[in-house]
Amino acid sequence: MKTLIISLKTFLFFTILTGILYPLCITGIAQLIFPEKANGSLIIKNNKIIGSKLIGQEFDSLIYFSARPSVISYNPLPSGASNYGLTSVKLKELFDSRKKQFIKINQIDSLTVIPSEMLFASGSGLDPHISQKTVLLQVNRIVKARNFNENQKQKLLQCIEQLTEKPQYLCFGEERLNVLLLNLKIDEIK
Amino acid sequence: MKTIDIFQIILFIILLIGLTPLLGSYMNKVFTGNKHFMLKIFGWLERLTYKFIKVNPDEETNWKKYAVNLLIFNLIGIVFLFLLQTFQSYLPLNPQHLADITWHSAFNTAVSFVTNTNWQGYAGETTMSYFIQLIGLTVQNFVSAVTGIAVILAVIRGISRKTTDKIGNFWTDLTRSTLYVLLPLSILFSVVLVGQGVVQNFKSYETVQTLQGTQQVLPMGPAASQIAIKQIGTNGGGFFNANSAHPYENPTPFSNFLQIFAIFLIPSALTYTYGKMLGSVRQGWTIFTVMFILFITGLGISLYAEYSANPVFGHIPMMEGKEARFGVSGSVLFSVVTTDASCGAVNAMHDSFTPLAGMVCMINMMLGEIIFGGVGAGLYGMVIFIILTVFIAGLMVGRTPEYMGKKIGAFEVQMAILANLVTSFAILIFTAWAAVSSYGLSSLNNAGPHGFSEILYAFTSAAGNNGSAFAGLNANTLFYNLSLGFVMLIGRFGVIIPVLAIAGSLAKKNITPLSSGTFRTDNWLFICLLIGVILIVGGLTYFPALSFGPVIEHLLMNSGIIF
Repeated sequence: MKTLIISLKTFLFFTILTGILYPLCITGIAQLIFPEKANGSLIIKNNKIIGSKLIGQEFDSLIYFSARPSVISYNPLPSGASNYGLTSVKLKELFDSRKKQFIKINQIDSLTVIPSEMLFASGSGLDPHISQKTVLLQVNRIVKARNFNENQKQKLLQCIEQLTEKPQYLCFGEERLNVLLLNLKIDEIK
Repeated sequence: MKTIDIFQIILFIILLIGLTPLLGSYMNKVFTGNKHFMLKIFGWLERLTYKFIKVNPDEETNWKKYAVNLLIFNLIGIVFLFLLQTFQSYLPLNPQHLADITWHSAFNTAVSFVTNTNWQGYAGETTMSYFIQLIGLTVQNFVSAVTGIAVILAVIRGISRKTTDKIGNFWTDLTRSTLYVLLPLSILFSVVLVGQGVVQNFKSYETVQTLQGTQQVLPMGPAASQIAIKQIGTNGGGFFNANSAHPYENPTPFSNFLQIFAIFLIPSALTYTYGKMLGSVRQGWTIFTVMFILFITGLGISLYAEYSANPVFGHIPMMEGKEARFGVSGSVLFSVVTTDASCGAVNAMHDSFTPLAGMVCMINMMLGEIIFGGVGAGLYGMVIFIILTVFIAGLMVGRTPEYMGKKIGAFEVQMAILANLVTSFAILIFTAWAAVSSYGLSSLNNAGPHGFSEILYAFTSAAGNNGSAFAGLNANTLFYNLSLGFVMLIGRFGVIIPVLAIAGSLAKKNITPLSSGTFRTDNWLFICLLIGVILIVGGLTYFPALSFGPVIEHLLMNSGIIF
């Protein structure tokens, strides 16, 4: 009986400490030092929230750069992936049809090597990035769909250069581009 | 592989070797009650704890009492977490009005978080309110981890003491490891994580109008505080469904690197603490070396498999289920580390890995989660293998086996074998059951040998208290919730109780002084023997099962056969 009471009290004590005080204290610090990040790195345009810098969005319109395939169509409730094994026929079919589709809409040579992040779906279904190579393969399509002149095309290429993120602190991760930020930027090209 | 990928791995190794003695000697001071700098900051909290729970911190108990305290404390955790979930809709901090959770899912999650498994049968952002994430899950992230530390401390005392039946005070061990180790590290780490972009707020979900004009609902919540302890305490239960693949949970390559490192930090440092507390730092480094060799071997095989061409998709990086910011290397390193240590957080979907990389994950768990392993749990799992090794070595040379001057008798070996057998038994029997039943098979997401791998992975993960998954398997069913929950209990307490019994039995024995005839347990010969025993005892048990799953899948994939 004594053990039970000690257990209950200890449990109560640590619940208050690690379940209430600790997260509240972190929330306080976070809201004070990194308010923008702690609240989801939201992008605000014309007083309206149009997304988050960290969360990808679906782009099927021809005037926007396409993002990675997502099993959940970039609907985050809940996040998730296909979980198909590499010996799954369904995965192989999706892979082939994505390849065909990418070649078709971008009107590129059918033998072009397409970066694999464009053919495979992401783990979260919300991956905001693609590689620079994948972006460049889509440039001609965007230029055509938006009727850009040579000057505007150069601006577009500059945007791509600017938005290309090198590996973080020079040594972590992959080179990549945030598709949502890029598409926001090309909307501004006049 | 690019240079930068190799650089990242080398940096990881340097940091691991460098920080092990630093944190290790600090923990030694904490656990032996010596002076250390955190006393000034949290010393008052420790005194307050003992006052509140009315316990004398210096009053020690025998192993049975220690085990009873541990079991009751954990049982309360299970009951409380179960009730919280089943009454979720009546509780506060539920801005999305999430409904009560079914009893079998609540049972599974309660057991899972208390046993440090943190298997996710549910999707965080659409199932759990902020209240439960904090009061229920975050708390268990802490206390399940310190339960593991408490057990290894009891084992260390059992080995180092002589002719006593006292192996420590469970409440003191619990309090000190929380206040001086887990809490400070978590505070530091969660702030860094928020700085990288992990969310930490109490807002309701944000509905946004996307650039293309559709609606997207962004989940929010106090994520960083939970994610920090989820990595540091080798827990692994994500705030969101996609776990550390979710951009709000693991936003940058740097946060990814830190999350991987945080998993190994304490388990690795504990090897040094172990050596220090036993009066021989060499013993600690011996164990570290064994763990490190097994880790590097697994990592090598996994990287090789993921970067190899396969006839189904050709020679391109296998990016299915992986995030672009981490790439293949950042995902593979995470997967090997998370399954070595019994963390189970994932930043890529293991289900979509190449068969061999998936098999490395499974073998890491099948060996008993002793490659650094869970916080505390990895080390006491390793002590079991050490006992088996000195026993086998003793048989070979015809001498009474000894470890650190303690004679290893029949009782210790029986307990070690018991701890080993219960987990193997749980994995294989339940996998077989699920593989021949309609309710077991109807949850599969993949056909062919990969489907079998999904089942095998699930029970392996549960028994090893890992919590990662071949997540295609729909485990939120009556059968899987109950059977996996049961296996988690066996995998946790079926090991802890024999281990504490060993600690109690060793504490009673006298210490034989070192002589020239003593079989040394801190040299390369012992390292090789120990690895041999781990691979034979731990590995061969599962070879037949593995050959039905990943082995045959690998061979078929390489001949271009898909299902």
